[in-house]
Amino acid sequence: MDALLLARMQFAANITFHILFPTISIALGWTLLFFRWRWLKTQQDAWLVAYRFWTKVFALTFALGVVSGITMSFQFGTNWPGFMERVGNIAGPLLGYEVLTAFFLEAGFLGIMLFGHGRVSERVHLMATFLVAFGTTVSAFWILVLNSWMQTPAGHVIRDGEFFVGSWPQILFNPSFPYRFAHMLLASTLTVCFLMAGLAAWQQLKHRANASTPKVLRVAITLAALVIPLQIAVGDLHGLNTLEHQPQKIAAMEGIWKTERAAPLRLFAWPDAASQSNLYEITVPRLASLILKHDADAQLLGIDAFPDAHPPVAPLFWAFRVMVGMGVLMLAVSWTSWWLLRRQGWDLTHAPRPLLWLLAAMTFSGWVATVAGWYVTEIGRQPFIVFGLLRTADVASKVPAPMIAATLAMYVTLYLALIVAYISVLKYMAEKPPTEPALVPTPEPRAQPA
Amino acid sequence: MNWSQALPIVFLGLMGLAMFVYVVLDGFDLGVGMLLPRASDTDKDLMISSIGPFWDANETWLVLGIGILLIAFPKAHGIVMTALYLPIALMLVGLILRGVAFDFRVKAQASHKPLWNAAFFAGSMLASLAQGWMLGRYITGFASGEPYLYFAGAIALCLPAAYTLVGAAWLVMKTEGTLQQVAVRWAQQAWLPVVLGMALISLATPMISQTVFDRWFAFPQLIALSVIPLVCAVCLGGMLAVLRSPQVFGPLCWLPFAFVVTVFTLGGVGLAYSLYPYVIIDRMTIWQAASATESLAVILIGCAVSVPAIAAYTLFAYRVFWGKARELTYA
Repeated sequence: MDALLLARMQFAANITFHILFPTISIALGWTLLFFRWRWLKTQQDAWLVAYRFWTKVFALTFALGVVSGITMSFQFGTNWPGFMERVGNIAGPLLGYEVLTAFFLEAGFLGIMLFGHGRVSERVHLMATFLVAFGTTVSAFWILVLNSWMQTPAGHVIRDGEFFVGSWPQILFNPSFPYRFAHMLLASTLTVCFLMAGLAAWQQLKHRANASTPKVLRVAITLAALVIPLQIAVGDLHGLNTLEHQPQKIAAMEGIWKTERAAPLRLFAWPDAASQSNLYEITVPRLASLILKHDADAQLLGIDAFPDAHPPVAPLFWAFRVMVGMGVLMLAVSWTSWWLLRRQGWDLTHAPRPLLWLLAAMTFSGWVATVAGWYVTEIGRQPFIVFGLLRTADVASKVPAPMIAATLAMYVTLYLALIVAYISVLKYMAEKPPTEPALVPTPEPRAQPA
Repeated sequence: MNWSQALPIVFLGLMGLAMFVYVVLDGFDLGVGMLLPRASDTDKDLMISSIGPFWDANETWLVLGIGILLIAFPKAHGIVMTALYLPIALMLVGLILRGVAFDFRVKAQASHKPLWNAAFFAGSMLASLAQGWMLGRYITGFASGEPYLYFAGAIALCLPAAYTLVGAAWLVMKTEGTLQQVAVRWAQQAWLPVVLGMALISLATPMISQTVFDRWFAFPQLIALSVIPLVCAVCLGGMLAVLRSPQVFGPLCWLPFAFVVTVFTLGGVGLAYSLYPYVIIDRMTIWQAASATESLAVILIGCAVSVPAIAAYTLFAYRVFWGKARELTYA
């Protein structure tokens, strides 16, 4: 295998592992703020129990996000040294602002949020929680600006192969940014909803439910049921935006090899790169043209229109179907659950057990959909690192392939072990009874400086 | 001097500052990690509690330092990252292991705790060794040849010792009772290797690099520069004296930490003096490596606003958890 593919696999392994955790922490930060607020408002201990449990999940998730984020900051240089040399003038400030305005904010106030209760006033503590949640979202903003710019570059000037800033507003609000940012924030919300619902269902199934369990499940299911139609709509708009700016990505996602009018929607197929065609197609006539162009007879460009500048078809075709399939499943499950559970007044003791099992099985469905979606958009940018302007092969490092392979093996082993550890610790924590309240630690006088 | 000349100097200063803050802050929590296996089980929890609220933010300084290298000196970033490919990978594995072990050890089943403690220790050690190796390679400008590798190897061993010393000094300051007593002993044990290591590096660096030699051993600056090793010697001597005095258990418990931070500061100043204005010694100056002036200006605005804010809330966080460490509870 060549060094370029290995470097891409290594970067993909890291960024896949990394995105799992911010995907949870972005929305979970706001959820914690909500739990905390509900507790202050209602004084029902169940909200505090929920807050405490999910704070622990947040701490663990955040730690994994930090360490894998540090890895990312190094891998730009170890894997793609040419990237920063060529586009550093644009990517640099964006990454710099991420660290300065977001990374520090989150990490700086996390200590107070996690362990500071009783050491600072209720208001300062609430503020710290807010700043952590806010920081995660600001972080997502900068990272998605950069990623969107790499997908739909705008506002730059190229001199002697080096990129310079033409207009910051155009760079920040490049054509695909609003869609991508909204899509990611909603993805994070759904991931957290199904995580919360899944663990709550698991607690109920294992007879480990506590007062917080039905409350958490209700919040999770209701929010998911509200957000999923929104996400589907945003996803559709994102798709239309992609069609406008990156038609070859759409061609690969839909398995369109040859430019065609009245293109059918391929529900299932086996894209075959050798013959440049699909095997075993199951199609709905004209539907792809209708969805993408709102005209059943419209022409859609195929892979053949982009010689030497199109992504591989099969990974996109499949990843896209995994993402959409997961979205449809989320819609069905969240609406069904909401309807069934509401009828029983959210009393989980009478909840149908198959439904609880289904929710438990979908605990990490958000991860699957999010990662599949990122694969669509990132593999779909290939063979470019900056779409249409800079090829991935031209910025790769000259590190020998065996060294990349060895470190890749090391990272993958570590990441798999950590994912297993993360999931089993969540399960263990869910099954453990909540530490009973002396709910609020009494404020102690601050220790004197020694 | 115009902007295109001045901005790279400003960013070199910021990068140096970020790296220095990182070495001190993550230095003490990496040091605590390396000392962990030597403590009793209850002391282990307290040791971790003493660094609990801080470690996430501490590691962020590394991201800032590397970030500035990446965004201000992109042409050097690629060379450095490629030259240090393997040690960086090992360091990252170390940082990942210890970062997650920190959280897992209290959340997983009690029977798994020793395993995560071991991961915390191993991760801290691996990260420290790798950082030492990288420092050694960096100082020589990644020169090839056997003596340079021995030099890097020597620094790879010295840096964990220095981290252990600052970690032990941190515990002396932040704990009391039996843990404080053993921490004083750990600090005493780490003292000699650190002194020997610093002496060795101070002598070897000018011998291994002509540029550094010329910079230091010329009159009249040698007289002014001699302040650096002299103050270092005084601090290290003072530290040993305090560690042996009973006062260290009382009002002077902060003094060893202050001494070791001063020594780190002077080491940093000496290193900066040796290298400036190179970002890679003898190969690339900061001006050759810098990004476009407009891009640097944009980042500078951000830095001017956010770095003071970061410093302020970092200090606030340390103040909230001021005084002797206690068991941490989520609330």
